Amino acid sequence: MTASLEVSGLAFAYPDGHQALFGVDFSLARGERVALLGPNGAGKTTLVLHLNGILTAGAGTVTVAGLPVDKRNMAEVRRRVGIVFQDPDDQLFMPTVREDVAFGPAAAGLKGPELEERVQRALERVGMAEFKDRPPHHLSFGQRRRVAVATVLAMEPEILVLDEPSSNLDPASRRELADILRSLDVTVLMVTHDLPYALELCPRSLILSEGVIAADGPTGELLSDEELMRAHRLELPFGFDPRSVPAAPARP
Amino acid sequence: MGAGHAHKLYRHGHSPVHGLPPHTKLAAVFAFVVVVVSTPREAMWAFGLYAVLLGVVAYVARVPAAFLLRRLLIEVPFVAFAVLMPFVAEGERVEVLGLSLSVNGLWGAWNVLAKGTLGVAASVLLAATTELRELLLGLQRLRLPPLLVQIASFMIRYGDVITDEMRRMRIARESRGFEARGVRHWGVLAKSAGALFIRSYERGERVHLAMLSRGYAGSMPVIDEVTASRAQWSYALALPGAALAVCLLGWTL
Amino acid sequence: MHVPDGFINAPTSAATGVIAAGAVAVSLRGARRELDERTAPLAGLVAAFIFAVQMLNFPVAAGTSGHLLGGALAAILVGPYTGVLCVSVVLLMQGILFADGGLTALGVNITNMGIVTVVVAYALFRGLVKVLPRTRRSVTAASFVAALVSVPAAALAFTLMYAVGGTTDVSIGKVATAMVGVHVLIGIGEAVITALTVGAVIAVRPDLVHGARGLEQKLKLRVNGELVDAPGAEPAPVAARTSRRTLWITGLVTSLVLAGFVSFYASADPDGLEKVASDHGIDKQAEEHAVADSPLADYGVKDVDDARLSGGLAGVIGVGVTVVAGTGVFWAVRRRRTADASPTAVEGSSAEQPARENV
Repeated sequence: MTASLEVSGLAFAYPDGHQALFGVDFSLARGERVALLGPNGAGKTTLVLHLNGILTAGAGTVTVAGLPVDKRNMAEVRRRVGIVFQDPDDQLFMPTVREDVAFGPAAAGLKGPELEERVQRALERVGMAEFKDRPPHHLSFGQRRRVAVATVLAMEPEILVLDEPSSNLDPASRRELADILRSLDVTVLMVTHDLPYALELCPRSLILSEGVIAADGPTGELLSDEELMRAHRLELPFGFDPRSVPAAPARP
Repeated sequence: MGAGHAHKLYRHGHSPVHGLPPHTKLAAVFAFVVVVVSTPREAMWAFGLYAVLLGVVAYVARVPAAFLLRRLLIEVPFVAFAVLMPFVAEGERVEVLGLSLSVNGLWGAWNVLAKGTLGVAASVLLAATTELRELLLGLQRLRLPPLLVQIASFMIRYGDVITDEMRRMRIARESRGFEARGVRHWGVLAKSAGALFIRSYERGERVHLAMLSRGYAGSMPVIDEVTASRAQWSYALALPGAALAVCLLGWTL
Repeated sequence: MHVPDGFINAPTSAATGVIAAGAVAVSLRGARRELDERTAPLAGLVAAFIFAVQMLNFPVAAGTSGHLLGGALAAILVGPYTGVLCVSVVLLMQGILFADGGLTALGVNITNMGIVTVVVAYALFRGLVKVLPRTRRSVTAASFVAALVSVPAAALAFTLMYAVGGTTDVSIGKVATAMVGVHVLIGIGEAVITALTVGAVIAVRPDLVHGARGLEQKLKLRVNGELVDAPGAEPAPVAARTSRRTLWITGLVTSLVLAGFVSFYASADPDGLEKVASDHGIDKQAEEHAVADSPLADYGVKDVDDARLSGGLAGVIGVGVTVVAGTGVFWAVRRRRTADASPTAVEGSSAEQPARENV
């Protein structure tokens, strides 16, 4: 079975000469839920932008379900890799929720009842079906983030990549989003600072630090390794003990 | 241009004119202006009839006269020019109230004023009854090349971003005690332009990346097909049709 | 400088419409080389910027109105082809939304404010960048000069069009003096804004400045401790050569057509010269009257009458030709584009087909 995502030797520098990635290697199996942890400025967002070819690797390769990410496969790669950006306001730009969710599939050529059904299904999966005809900027922040997830789900991606999904959410919205993510049967790569959230949702974690993968293993083990955590400026919330939480169940 | 789908010139409503497909309205306005411009300037009564036609459209669209007149103020620089024309133009002269005016200049002023005003009024009516996004869709339907439509839609999106960033930078400037007064401060304002440009770009870039990630490849996907029925076309084209009849009369009489 | 409906006569409007449509068609082809995913929104931003600066109008006595033009900024930031497209989009939207500039005068406006400014500014800019040392400071300096010259150039082009097809009887000397005079001043403002903006962008995001391509150094990447050469960003020299050649051809064609205009005018109005003589008499007489008070009166040296073609069926035919020619060019470009575009685009346009045939 081919891996959902394979990244090898990925290096990248911005045009001003600042190098952000120094040879990143990892691979995700189909259906896995993995957290990508790392301090600010570790290159997490830069890495995410490589996964669907928005940034082009300076060296190394990215492969999505066997397809190398390059100019030729770009449309297909972008359909298979769904990225939910950190700020839902960047992601939602159409006048109504329905049109926003329809944007991706319509760009892929879907229309009529087929398109309508795709939109309906995506909105139901995030519990936002009754907000279909509302303008996105009238929704609460948590609702907007759920709509942002729906816009990506509507494209039926192979991999869902979420950039800081729990940021700025109140505890109830945070839990609702976790329930939604758990109910999905796609490969998930979750970029986050929220370590308890990673532990709750992802059996496996990667630590990206100074442009390379510094650690790769079961989330509980990584979070319990105090020396590793300190070395990469990762801190658990006060009073939180990763050993007291049962590890997230791996999917069958 | 709030939120990219409504703009200051737009007047929300549900009139028959609002409901027409945007491309029929665009075609009608273009045709109307072409007809108006081709009318001989000597046929003064024809311009009166055109104004009546626009008045009928405004009535059907339920656009109040005050709104329309306020929007016509955009014309002021041209009016100033037109008023000057009889004084500076050459040719045969007539005495009016003790002033010597050029006959040619008077005709020229009338020509620019009448045709310009009718053109502006038609555009104002179009903008008042059509949302920005619809206008773009209309242009796309009228086969404007997709690249141009794309630049136009980014432009409208950035209109919002720029005004927003401008407001923030002004607040930041003023909270540090700066106030633009007179020529001496133009330097500071000019320097802000560069910073404004970068800030606006980086905000808009994130939206664009999100669009690319969802398979955007240069043209807005069509989510709701807008098709115009024969009745809608004939309804929209009634305006330039009537104007054409007036114009032909103007040539023959 | 926005020309309203009815200000320039129909044949001239039609001819400039053809020029503008041709230039836009050429630019559409050229822009595909200049624009990639990252610069497409930049083109929109440049357009929005131009839109904003053009909204600040100063009334000009014998022209229409004066304002910053933005053509130089567009050419330098996004390249000449995309620059022409940006300005054209701005003028189209201004015409439709704000009724600023007549819809039938769109050709005149695009030719003046889009094509002339962009071609003049970009030619000057490239020339200067070639001569000056290869630094970022030179790029900024070249932008300043290019913007400074582009604005009076557009004013001159306007005057020329006015001479060919103005519908009013204001002497060409007055128009030229007033237009060029005011626009030299505006040019200074334009130069400052352009240089500052280009300078600011080049300092932070040099990758975004089209005119600064080729200044970038080759990147070295450190991969797992070893240094590796990054692949070149793009084959810049090849693109530059072709774009320069096409630019020259476009410039040549534009000047040929403009020259053709002048001769058209001269031949279409054979009694123009006789007219000048008699007008001089009228001019003297006029000076004793109200015109003597006008600050512009001193400048009325040479009088050129309008081509007197504004009346007659020629008007209707001329405008009709513009519309047909313009549509034809766009249509041809569309066809060509859809032919080599992605299958979804083809699907889209074929879906539109029956709807149009219904009509």
